[in-house]
Amino acid sequence: MEQKNGTLLEIHDLSVSFQMYEHGIGNSNLYRGLKQTDLQVISDLHLTVYPGEIVAVAGSSGSGKSVFASAILGILPDNATVRGHLHYKGEELTAARQRQLRGTEIALVPQSVAFLDPLMKVGAQVDGHRKSQPTEKRRSLFRRFDLPDKTPQLYPFELSGGMARRVLVSTAFITDAQLIIADEPTPGMGLEQALEALRLFREMAEEGKAVILITHDIDLAIAFADRVAVFYAGTTVETAFASDFKNGSDALRHPYSKALWNALPQNGFVPIEGFQPYAGNLPKGCLFAPRCPYKKAQCTADVPPIREVRGGEVRCYYDV
Amino acid sequence: MALEAKNVYFRYDKKQSWILEDCTLKVEKGECLAVSAPSGYGKTTLAMLLSGYLKPVKGQILLENRPLPQKGVCPVQFIYQHPEKAINPRWRLKRVLEESGALREDIPDAFGIERAWLDRFPRELSGGELQRFCVARALFSGADYLICDEISTMLDAITQAQIWNVVLAEAAKRNMGIIAVTHNQHLAERIATRVVDISKKEL
Amino acid sequence: MKGQHHSINSRTKVVIWTVVMAVVFTFVYMFGIFASDEAAAGSFLDAKQPPSWEHFFGTDALGRDLFIRTLKGVSVSMTVGIAASLISAVIAVVVGIAAATGSKYADAFVNWLIDLVMSVPHTILIILISFALGRGLKGLLIGIAATHWCSLARLTRGEVLQLRAQQYVAVSRKLGKSGGWILMHHLLPHLVPQFFVGLILMFPHAILHEASISFLGFGLSPEQPAIGIILSESMRYLSTGMWWSAVLPGLVLVLIVLLVDRLGEHLRIIMDPYSAQQ
Repeated sequence: MEQKNGTLLEIHDLSVSFQMYEHGIGNSNLYRGLKQTDLQVISDLHLTVYPGEIVAVAGSSGSGKSVFASAILGILPDNATVRGHLHYKGEELTAARQRQLRGTEIALVPQSVAFLDPLMKVGAQVDGHRKSQPTEKRRSLFRRFDLPDKTPQLYPFELSGGMARRVLVSTAFITDAQLIIADEPTPGMGLEQALEALRLFREMAEEGKAVILITHDIDLAIAFADRVAVFYAGTTVETAFASDFKNGSDALRHPYSKALWNALPQNGFVPIEGFQPYAGNLPKGCLFAPRCPYKKAQCTADVPPIREVRGGEVRCYYDV
Repeated sequence: MALEAKNVYFRYDKKQSWILEDCTLKVEKGECLAVSAPSGYGKTTLAMLLSGYLKPVKGQILLENRPLPQKGVCPVQFIYQHPEKAINPRWRLKRVLEESGALREDIPDAFGIERAWLDRFPRELSGGELQRFCVARALFSGADYLICDEISTMLDAITQAQIWNVVLAEAAKRNMGIIAVTHNQHLAERIATRVVDISKKEL
Repeated sequence: MKGQHHSINSRTKVVIWTVVMAVVFTFVYMFGIFASDEAAAGSFLDAKQPPSWEHFFGTDALGRDLFIRTLKGVSVSMTVGIAASLISAVIAVVVGIAAATGSKYADAFVNWLIDLVMSVPHTILIILISFALGRGLKGLLIGIAATHWCSLARLTRGEVLQLRAQQYVAVSRKLGKSGGWILMHHLLPHLVPQFFVGLILMFPHAILHEASISFLGFGLSPEQPAIGIILSESMRYLSTGMWWSAVLPGLVLVLIVLLVDRLGEHLRIIMDPYSAQQ
């Protein structure tokens, strides 16, 4: 794959599938209950991240966004199969390199408190294995998030939802990571705390680091990110500038992004018909084709290539 | 004809500070009231109080000037934010509709439910698809009021618009009262006949 | 990259183990029922024979064929094991549900009872119960059944408490469904897998306890060819070099126990969400 200069992370045609039983236990058909198939959750995902920016990956829940985060870090469960190319700072991101980089160069803000060790006090956990000075840094981080003084002495189950979020965000901020992947970092936080977290993300970006902000909230993505990758059925159909969304549907490049824009309550609130296809039920060719008003024969035959249009990237055959 | 919260106070534990303090709110039949506030102002708590999932520590929840009935089908139905948690994972979706008596021929079409989904298990459907079942289940229980707690927050904007259009159309047809809890200002303004912000103390 | 596909998945393994177990159990059981008493009676002329083609497991001091005796013994032990673990599992589920859905006091009482039963070593408790009830099949069965339900009951209680807090149960209540309806339609179906895994994992314990209590002389009466009785009889002759009379019947007991234990373990793996897709 051709490398662009100065990218921090490049993802080409990333696909992730899980080996699953076709049916739940209790199915009457014994043979089918024993058969395992591959369920494709991420298909041909394309994303480029540059230093100094916040890229939002925005899509509905259950569309595979968290799986995408785990794939970058190499922390998928054993029944997952990954295909495609990941490059970090121009070099292939192999499993060994992922192990080496995660937690130091690449950090995750996990989605839930379930990612914390339940038997370890929060303070020690945020410090991690980085001994010596981090405690001071942690104190200042906790102060910025207005976590009470007793927080480091608490166990994860003693944290309230909002506190847990702030602790999770601190686990990433305390590292010197160049790339931060934040998986739904703000729900459950109060407004002030959410803004503080987003301000911190912005500060990191200004230091030349990069943040991937995974969120279901398109408004949040538009408001705080530099670029927005529109996630649909396990793939990114378009990467647009956040400003494109403010300029209306004509500034967007993919028919799905346009439909999404038109369905926003502040715009038309007019939905198109149909449903996002679900893993195991994906159409051939372009994943959006069955609902697309511009569909042609080509669209249902092959997956369209990534094209650069007006500075953004789009996976569509046509300029629509 | 109204559902109202009268000077309601709530906290889970005496050691805690109040989550809701002296909250008063009223929704008439045929009205859609949006309750909007940032996270942490007790929106969900208020919604659960109004539908009888929680009991107020002080104050009253009144339906047509009487307390909510404890037995039978509750005339105030609640729809959760995460449909995958609100549906028994071991049930085929047909049973979800049967449970509320909503397995009628005309329902699937009205709610954008494909007939093939009825024989599937919840884990085989997406959140947006499952949420349609939750909405249908609540609407067809014969309820007069519907409390929607961030029901479209986790969905994409298109599915959000689809679901709200169905809910609003059904509600108008049957003159139902709706309380929609949302942090999304734009959504609140779009769907509601009236918006209250419980983070600002003038209700 | 990840994702090497194994040729046999866990669910297939469960099916294989179930089939193997069913075949072995049916064989042993049928043998126990249909083998004639004469075949087991033997004569003094054949006494103390080592294993041979004629007598697979050799013969005991009274000239009885040990292979036939062992199979008969195992089938008796299995009957006790199955009956006791079934009774125990049913007690566990009933008690667990009662604790989780009943009043605060019922819950406290059940927890106290579980602590009480678990604080006394099983063997001693079974001996006491069996002795008090006049030993024999009845005493032993009640003894084992009364001591093995605790951990499954605790598990069931926890499961039901968690289920009752589920949103879909709350919704069901608001849709006007009664407590009984919710129990039947929402709670019990979730407990079925727990019940079977618990039952199967309980069986090896039950059968081993049966054997050891009979071995110690507090269980089945000496006329019954239970595996514990065979083993305790063989002890007397072990020093005269009759190794086969203890080793071979003991081995059969171990095999049966291991077989059931493997099945239970595989079942647990496919029921556990963390390993369910392997």
